[in-house]
Amino acid sequence: MTYLPAGLPAPVTEADKLDQPYWEGTRQNKLMIQRCGSCGTWQWGPEWLCHECHSFDMKWVEVEGRGTIYSWTRCWHPVHPALKGFGPYIAVVVELPHAGKIRMLGNLLGEPQQEVEIGTPVTAVFEPHDDAKVPFTLVHWRQV
Amino acid sequence: MTERTLRGKVAVVGVGETKYYKHSQSPDPEFVLALKAILAACADAGINPKDVDSFASYSNDRNDPSRIASALGCKELRFSNMQWGGGGGGGAAAVGNAAAAIVSGQADVAIVYRALAQGQFQRFGVAAAGGTVAGENALVNPYGIFVPAQRYAFKMMRFMHDHGIEREALRAIAMASYHHAQANPRAVMYGRPLSEEDYDNARWISEPSRLFDCCQENDGAAALVLVSAERAKDFRQKPAYILGVAQGSNHRHAARAYNATDLGTSSFGPVAPRLWEMAKLGPKDVDVLQSYENFTGGVLMSLVEHGYFKPEEANDFLKLENLIAPTGKLPMNTSGGNLAECYMHGLELQIEAVRQLRGTSTSQVPGAKVAGVIAGPMVTPVSTMILGSEETL
Ligand SMILES: [Zn+2]
Repeated sequence: MTYLPAGLPAPVTEADKLDQPYWEGTRQNKLMIQRCGSCGTWQWGPEWLCHECHSFDMKWVEVEGRGTIYSWTRCWHPVHPALKGFGPYIAVVVELPHAGKIRMLGNLLGEPQQEVEIGTPVTAVFEPHDDAKVPFTLVHWRQV
Repeated sequence: MTERTLRGKVAVVGVGETKYYKHSQSPDPEFVLALKAILAACADAGINPKDVDSFASYSNDRNDPSRIASALGCKELRFSNMQWGGGGGGGAAAVGNAAAAIVSGQADVAIVYRALAQGQFQRFGVAAAGGTVAGENALVNPYGIFVPAQRYAFKMMRFMHDHGIEREALRAIAMASYHHAQANPRAVMYGRPLSEEDYDNARWISEPSRLFDCCQENDGAAALVLVSAERAKDFRQKPAYILGVAQGSNHRHAARAYNATDLGTSSFGPVAPRLWEMAKLGPKDVDVLQSYENFTGGVLMSLVEHGYFKPEEANDFLKLENLIAPTGKLPMNTSGGNLAECYMHGLELQIEAVRQLRGTSTSQVPGAKVAGVIAGPMVTPVSTMILGSEETL
């Protein structure tokens, strides 16, 4: 059982493989993001170099899947054929204070009409899509 | 060192637009719409279209200037320019780019244009079916986030949360556009007024936006003719001079998956101060404003970041009586704007600003001398400009 109906676009690694460690990590229920090997700056989304010191020595490190809701929206209008007759559903931008305050986007699991408040602590939930042509795993969030 | 500025050096001497249609309803192909708008702008100025030598557009307009110049039989093509970025952010930047080309001697008679016929192409508010996605889209599409109403919701929601903005403030923005559209027979929403109840009872699209917080999608085309200030009085219309223009965005705006340093912003924070500096004016000097409504929450942040009021004043300032011509403190979107006149990616707003300075708007602000135009907010890059009548030079 997935949070959203089947038929939405499936994520794949970029042609230049920049984000490959992230997607491989999710398959093992790990949240992998970038940290500069030279100055320690956390960085998300992925980029080829550090935006702070311009080192190309970007490491991929595992971070704990917890954070707080930074912003959110509840989507009512179906904008994709797979979402016709479905909804509402909630998407949240989550800030990870222990990883340089980088932010991640996912769905907020649970009752779609639940009250959502900025600042609420949330924890990551991995949602595998093993039957996809190229299997992938999404990262959702749940109020603690 | 000479001052680096465009202030007073270039004027808009012609404006033109096609009939505005609901999306996918244009009987003409997109390229024909572009040609018709350009011809109308030339006729308005009283200039032979064959004397046009330069073109500037934005938002990945599909109508190639080389083809346009060939179709029109222009004697030569000089400057051709496309402003990077989508979503109407480049509406003022395209004018600025054309003006910069004129001032630097690369262009003489420049057209700024935008044409949209969405029946021919993919609509903005609808996602394509199936398949795979990579890069930024891989981090958002699988979570059901596709279209601008959703993508920018996070910015508006954060700003409204941080500053305690009430829904009535957004409602006033929507109602001002619909109010002005009722006086404008060209407006798609002419004859279709919006009441407070209509607004409040409308369905949610993506919180914090309800239906009437979101722009339309339309077919049509619009164009402006620009020449140097020295030549501006050789043409048929009262010139509208460019007093200031600025473009850009805030720190790391395009960092994927909502990792811009400041998320709850229209992106005008660092851009608007450069506008005022070039124009040598401030928010209090603006007689009438056109502010691009992709979403009313975007207008809210644009106004704050241009200094029209402080965030904590928003709930008091954003009342319908303050936003309507002729008597409001800041008459805004006086043709009906993106919400109720037409979503021509904001170029219709530039044209309305010119009309206000000519004194020919259907919701005229008496004696308007300084007109602001804020192009599409929240995207990157954004852009903004100030036009003025001859008295402001
Ligand atoms: Zn570094």
